[in-house]
Amino acid sequence: MKTQLRLMFRAGLIGGLIALHLTLVGMVEALNKREIIEDIITLGQLLLMGVGLGTAVYALGKLPRERRTQREGWWVALGAVSVVALILGLLALAIKPLNLRFMFQNASPALVRILTFDTPGVLGLVKLWAFLLFSGALALVYLYIPQPWDRTLSYAVGITLLMGILRALVAPLLPDIISDFLFTPSGLTQIGAVILVVLWVLFLHYWPDFKARLETWQKEAQTPQGAPIRRRLNIAFLVAILVLLLLPAILRDKGSYLFEVLDMVGIYIIMGLGLNIVVGFAGLLDLGYVAFFAIGAYTMAVLTTPELPFVRQYIPPMNFWEALPIALLLSLVSGILLGVPVLKTRGDYLAIITLGFGEIIRLLVISDLLKPILGGAQGITGVARPTFGSFVVNESWEYFYIILVTIGIGIFISTRLRDSRLGRAWKAIREDEDVAVAMGIDHVSAKLTAFATGALLAGMAGALFSSRLYSIAPHSFNVLISINVLCLLIVGGMGSLPGVVVGALALVGLPELLREFAEFRLLVYGAALVIMMLYKPEGLWPEKARVSRVAREVFGDRLKTLKVE
Amino acid sequence: MSHYFEIRDLHVHYGAIHALKGISLYVEEGEIVTLIGANGAGKTTTLRAISGLVRPTSGEIRFEGEDLLRYRPHEIVALKRIIHVPEGRRVFARMTVEENLYMGAFTRTDKDGIEEDLERVYALFPRLKERRRQLAGTLSGGEQQMLAIGRGLMGRPRLLIMDEPSMGLAPILVESIFDTIQEINRQGTTVLLVEQNAHMALSIAHRGYVLRTGEIVLHGTAEELRNNEMVQKTYLGMA
Repeated sequence: MKTQLRLMFRAGLIGGLIALHLTLVGMVEALNKREIIEDIITLGQLLLMGVGLGTAVYALGKLPRERRTQREGWWVALGAVSVVALILGLLALAIKPLNLRFMFQNASPALVRILTFDTPGVLGLVKLWAFLLFSGALALVYLYIPQPWDRTLSYAVGITLLMGILRALVAPLLPDIISDFLFTPSGLTQIGAVILVVLWVLFLHYWPDFKARLETWQKEAQTPQGAPIRRRLNIAFLVAILVLLLLPAILRDKGSYLFEVLDMVGIYIIMGLGLNIVVGFAGLLDLGYVAFFAIGAYTMAVLTTPELPFVRQYIPPMNFWEALPIALLLSLVSGILLGVPVLKTRGDYLAIITLGFGEIIRLLVISDLLKPILGGAQGITGVARPTFGSFVVNESWEYFYIILVTIGIGIFISTRLRDSRLGRAWKAIREDEDVAVAMGIDHVSAKLTAFATGALLAGMAGALFSSRLYSIAPHSFNVLISINVLCLLIVGGMGSLPGVVVGALALVGLPELLREFAEFRLLVYGAALVIMMLYKPEGLWPEKARVSRVAREVFGDRLKTLKVE
Repeated sequence: MSHYFEIRDLHVHYGAIHALKGISLYVEEGEIVTLIGANGAGKTTTLRAISGLVRPTSGEIRFEGEDLLRYRPHEIVALKRIIHVPEGRRVFARMTVEENLYMGAFTRTDKDGIEEDLERVYALFPRLKERRRQLAGTLSGGEQQMLAIGRGLMGRPRLLIMDEPSMGLAPILVESIFDTIQEINRQGTTVLLVEQNAHMALSIAHRGYVLRTGEIVLHGTAEELRNNEMVQKTYLGMA
């Protein structure tokens, strides 16, 4: 009895502190403006619900499995959420008499109204308690749903809510009639939510069957008689690719905002691919990666802008395609130049030196001394757009194609390098540099190549970035960019290429689409990283333990029957 | 007279510290030569100088009469096949056993020869064959030492330099590791063995050198060193 009480209070206090934090930084209030399901629940309430659910799950997780569904489980889970309710209730009561707003500017009357569901007096507090009890009970209900359905149902509800939250992404993809029916300007309609949950339950329920059928098809296709199936699969694959490629052109009218976001995600993916080579493959922690991004961006800007009279008296403005190779070359060379002195240092030292290099570049760009060349604090406008004959790439969705092609090239370079001798040398250096040298690996040239390739990709991203934005300013090149790119690698999974894409979508795409989160972006980043490191340190889409190329050549088909343990 | 491998009057400084004060030694083809000495005597520094990882201040290192000092570390491995098995069982923890072994053959391109050597290593260390698909980091200490040695052999060394293969291993494992070193030597590999465990090292070596605070203080056949009073007292722990 005593241990259960302790567990209940511990879970409740943790949940309560998290809830207190989220409310006092203003997150609940800010998110409360978004109604995820019309007249039913807002994003802020969803957040509190998540805290309640999480508290109950945490408390239940500490109990042995068979005791969770007994009376004990109910008491502990509901008791823990009641503690959360108590803490939030005390907050709601204390805000006015204690004048908490003096210290916490978000402790506003609006917050009280949110916490008490617009109901004054004791009834409001009861509503808060009931709300949290309901959230906690969800965790218990989950335990009673029979096997495949518990997962299916919870996933379906989760995905549906996610679609509501990401309405800005999903709604433009659907035809107007359907999206008007399912979505409100801020979230889902009530009917829409119900329909989506049902659809997702059906989909998830039949998905394993469908997947099994696909797999048998694939197996059949590999047999000698499988030629027709193979042909059909190939056609289906091509059609899918074609549709994906045409999608931006089809959707351009509806989602210019969507493509602005996707362009940014794409530029981060290119940078991520580059940094992935440096950090993920070769294990060199580079915190000044933004420097190469800036060099690419500024080279493009300086060479193509009609401004900057000082520069223009020597070189006439170039077009995009003339400036691009120079931008790439300069970032490559700067990668090598920084690499030579820096690569003798290791680990933390390397990180600090590169960090310094990033700052140096930013300070050079902002300096008054170099203002005639680099534009100073105001930056440079009038950067050239890419042209194809008389066609000028102007719109976000048009840029998206160029970015897509660049990502393709970046992925190609990355996979080729990874599977090459150089890739193996990088891997060995990452594991143990001394031993790698003892194996006869030229660590200096291997590290320099990694640095230079990474710099090249960052330069490319920079050139696209400045051209896409038409103008650049020094403040876009601060250390946070380096950190962001590093974070997206960590979240996606170090060294994994799909991980780069997933990481960029999660850390760059989501915050852009969730405008409400914008001011809490760093908070969410931090929380996401801590949670990742605790529960999935290898990343969302980790690199598979791959069999080396030599081994594959030597063992050929036999490898398929051997399993990597 | 020219030896197979030879160090002459080698000095190494780490800043103000004079780590090697003019040591000279030689190894003939087919020998096991051991370099024994206490902690800090300069054993590892000697090896690092041979592999090109530290630049000596003066002196010569010659292999088949050719000066090694003009080569960079990876060239010493790739061109001269002088291979260093580092101390402390340093394997690539997140690669499989077999990937580790293939990394040992990094500088080689003769596919058939690599396969041959892989089989040879597996014959020497059947345990490694059993665990070929396992991540090296999950091996036991003894197995990791076997892997480090096997990885060194994959480079088909003409001179194998081993840094304290007995370090941190149970006595029974130490014995089997030394048996294997002897076997490797019998198959034709020249070995320079650096050890603190003088007893074991002198039991398999042909000749030995005693290193003390950066200087060679004694040189002789293993037999002579085993019978030397000073060695017995200081390194073999006999009264």
